Amino acid sequence: MSIQTFMQHMVNGISLGSLYALLAIGYTMVYGILRLINFAHGDIFMIGTYIAFYGMTAFLLPWWAAFILALVLTAAFGIALERLAYRPLRRSPRISIMISAIGASFLIENLAIVLFGGRPKAFPIAPVFAKIFKFGGVSVVSIQLIIPVVTLIFLAILVYIVNHTKTGMAMRAVSKDYEAARLMGIDVDIIITFTFGMGSLLAAVGGVLWVLKYPQLTPLMGMMPGLKCFIAAVVGGIGSIKGAVVGGFILGLGEIMIVALLPSLTGFRDAFAFVLLIVILLVKPSGLMGKTTTEKV
Amino acid sequence: MKRKLALFLALIMVFSVFAFGCAKTEETPEEVAAEEEETDVVKIGVFEPMTGANAAGGELEIEGLKLANKLYPEVLGKKVELVIVDNKSDKVEAATAVRRLVDKEKVSIVLGSWGSSFSMAAGPVVKEAQVAAIGTSCTNPLVTLGNEFYFRVCFIDSFQGVVMARYAYEEAGVKKIAILQEISNDYSVALAKFFTDEMVRLTGDEDAIISVSSYNTGDQDFTAQLTNIKNSDAEAIFAPGNFIESALIMKQAKELGMDLPLLGADTWETPEVIDIAKEAAEGAVFSTFFDSEVPLTEETTTFLEAYRAEYGADAEPAAVTALAYDAYLVALDAMERAGTTTDTVAIRDAVAATSMFPGAAGIISLDENGDAVKSAIIKVIEDGKFKYKATVEPF
Amino acid sequence: MKKNKKKNIMTLIALLLFIGFLAIADRIFDSYQMRIINLAGIYVTLGLGLNLINGFTGLFSLGHAGFMAVGAYTSAILTMSPELKEMNFFLKPIMPFLANVEWPFFPALIMAGLMAAIVGALIGAPVLRLNDDYLAIATLGFAEIIRVIFTNTQTLTNGALGLKGLPSFNNSFPYSFVYWSWGTAVVMIIGMVLLIKSSYGRAFKAIRENEIAAEAMGISLFKHKMMAFVIGSFMAGMGGALLGHLVGTIDPLMFRFLMTFNIVLIVVLGGIGSITGTVIGAVVVTVMLEVLRVLDGAMDFGFIQIQGIPGLRMVVFSALLMIVIIFYQRGLMGTNEFRWEWVTSPKKTLTNAWNNRKA
Repeated sequence: MSIQTFMQHMVNGISLGSLYALLAIGYTMVYGILRLINFAHGDIFMIGTYIAFYGMTAFLLPWWAAFILALVLTAAFGIALERLAYRPLRRSPRISIMISAIGASFLIENLAIVLFGGRPKAFPIAPVFAKIFKFGGVSVVSIQLIIPVVTLIFLAILVYIVNHTKTGMAMRAVSKDYEAARLMGIDVDIIITFTFGMGSLLAAVGGVLWVLKYPQLTPLMGMMPGLKCFIAAVVGGIGSIKGAVVGGFILGLGEIMIVALLPSLTGFRDAFAFVLLIVILLVKPSGLMGKTTTEKV
Repeated sequence: MKRKLALFLALIMVFSVFAFGCAKTEETPEEVAAEEEETDVVKIGVFEPMTGANAAGGELEIEGLKLANKLYPEVLGKKVELVIVDNKSDKVEAATAVRRLVDKEKVSIVLGSWGSSFSMAAGPVVKEAQVAAIGTSCTNPLVTLGNEFYFRVCFIDSFQGVVMARYAYEEAGVKKIAILQEISNDYSVALAKFFTDEMVRLTGDEDAIISVSSYNTGDQDFTAQLTNIKNSDAEAIFAPGNFIESALIMKQAKELGMDLPLLGADTWETPEVIDIAKEAAEGAVFSTFFDSEVPLTEETTTFLEAYRAEYGADAEPAAVTALAYDAYLVALDAMERAGTTTDTVAIRDAVAATSMFPGAAGIISLDENGDAVKSAIIKVIEDGKFKYKATVEPF
Repeated sequence: MKKNKKKNIMTLIALLLFIGFLAIADRIFDSYQMRIINLAGIYVTLGLGLNLINGFTGLFSLGHAGFMAVGAYTSAILTMSPELKEMNFFLKPIMPFLANVEWPFFPALIMAGLMAAIVGALIGAPVLRLNDDYLAIATLGFAEIIRVIFTNTQTLTNGALGLKGLPSFNNSFPYSFVYWSWGTAVVMIIGMVLLIKSSYGRAFKAIRENEIAAEAMGISLFKHKMMAFVIGSFMAGMGGALLGHLVGTIDPLMFRFLMTFNIVLIVVLGGIGSITGTVIGAVVVTVMLEVLRVLDGAMDFGFIQIQGIPGLRMVVFSALLMIVIIFYQRGLMGTNEFRWEWVTSPKKTLTNAWNNRKA
């Protein structure tokens, strides 16, 4: 493999990895606080892209306004989902709440098919995102440069919130010990709402960047990325925000590199994420950057 | 132990209620026939994926069916009613849905479906019920093989793969090709295989196909596979597959600075391909059934005018929309020739005898397997439009 | 003692009545109704397998579709005639050692279950150490891996092309398929009842309630988890095989996560940890999906006509499901089972239910 080919693969892998990372953060935050795999996270991401799409096509907003609208409404959507589908089950066995998440995902997808139609929609891309640069033999589209930058900016903001604000402290407290946090006077409901809002907002950011790179919308577009990003979160260490980003990059680069190095295995590319997941779970169940927890008796 | 078995009692009750609830509506065949003669309605069953992974394809076909029904609402003086059921993009559901059509709805003929695997699930059902089924765009050879009740108005994968290989070798003059196939899609895998065989035969070169890479239905990132192809000696890419993924392949190839000719198949003739890939789709060449510029038959013009009246003056119908339209026409034509709307076996025989029928997507003659023998059209995407390039006669 | 004898007789009568019902149904129902009854029977088998793993042992597995795929393919390849295989494998021929195999249905069905059980054991050994969510996602991962492998092994499974023309075993023997589907279901129900009542069953439940306490009581966690998982996989394999023969064609895409979800739905609706619930859930879900079909078509209420909205059926179905999940978390039956007392003294049962409604 020539150096140019390798660089091209790296560029492709980094932009894919950044997108995975943005989605994985949402999974990891919700899991850290509620111990819930939010199966509907991929569908929240899908809703975000449709909001941006209709903002630009039906309401003729400029792209930046449509994107902001998408972030705000998607965060609201995520909060509403938590209120309706998860909050009533807060005291139920973990299995019930997980099934509720799968059911919610199922409902959102079926609704989307009725509301938006099954045919794919082409996302209108502002020219600024579609400039192609050539460095030697390596081709880079401007959006591929924007994606990692945006990801890192949001990661920085989030780490700041979690580590240096009162809200962040409360979030950490709730994820450590839900009951104790409540007894210490933390309004757990508000914190959970905030977490869902943040996670959904990041899903919308991921969604908008996603359709700028892969400009088509379908009601089921969130399924596979959703599943893979949860895996990324597990690989990085569930509950750890930095871990989610690391996991996202490992997954994105890994998927690209397996095709690059072993072209005969391209048909198995989708299985890579799952194989990686199982290996990690068997070797280090807490993930690369997660903390080992012991089961309380 | 006893409790468990006791449960059967409960079950029996549940079943009885459900079963006899249904049983009330049971009628003898004679009554049904008599009723149909009275009501002057003939039912045509349609099963398509309206929800699930292939909802997009189902939607395109239902457009064509509804249009045909609008233009030709009657046969033998009876009103035609389309009974459309959803197969959920799921085999189990498809078989059940078609059972419903033939048993409950008592349809005279079945049309569908987008996606060969659903048609294959419907196969045994229509065979047993002795109701003819006409496939719209299911191109897998297995659909009609060994099933005298299944027909189709499209050509099959083996023909199309050969057409594209000949085009690549004779017209485009390429000798080294990379294949990018959708591994989880029967259509794509079969096309890739027939293309490969023909290419090797034409070039006499065992290594005419430089590489075969795969992707999965629903994938959105193909940069890794494309980068590999970019750095090989391939002179063209043959990438048959679902239009949703194909549009992204075109776009990403362009972004990687590749200018290899892209070759594909009939699925690419869908307006969304151009919408999504935009200028990246320029120069893509594919084989298809039908062309709006060089009308194949009178019916093509009729179809296009009706389609544009319905969906806007510059709307481009997808190839599968035209095929679905044709399936409906062939069904009506068969009933007219059979002179009956109730005798499903007579209708089946009439469908089998279809020959030189002028459809919107070409002239349809069915061979002994029930597959349409028709000419293929080669098209290229230019200036954001599908442009006619050549016609390939069946061989 | 006397009471027990009475119940046993009642049970036997119920069983005979049920067989009678099937025989009558087979005569008077059309194929469409029979297909729904068949499907319900197959879903009972599948649901029981998942309920054993998830409901009784508390292992949250989402890999059911993978084991179904193993079973369906095993049975299909074993029972298809050599000519059929040749017709199906038109891209690449099937592996030589499988080309001329043609088994009768019964051994193939058992083999399907065994193959799925073997795969279950291989997968279970490493992953059963994980707890809830991790186990769920790992089993889901394995199911996907199985599907991807089947898609890529052209000479074994025919890849994406799928297999067509599986023998239907309808009207062979004096039986129609309904005896296979419900026969399997009945055997599985009886087997489950005996298993749950045995000491193994008590151990499963103990693990579900509290792993650590169960281990402290001397219950071998690994042994029992493995056992539940393997038996559940066996049932999934058989169910998958039955489903394949009912539909007559299979391909890897049939066994996506959505398939697992359908089964989870049946179990949840009936009640996690209730055999009776699973049976009722399977029947209700299968029938409901068909009844709701009217929503996809145009509706005529006499005074108002609604144009058909494709997909509305699935929206209503998933909305109903969410309502059940949120408001009746324990499903229709909770962890209760059917008891003859309900029939013999309904008044007492209702009074008890009323008094315990808060519990």
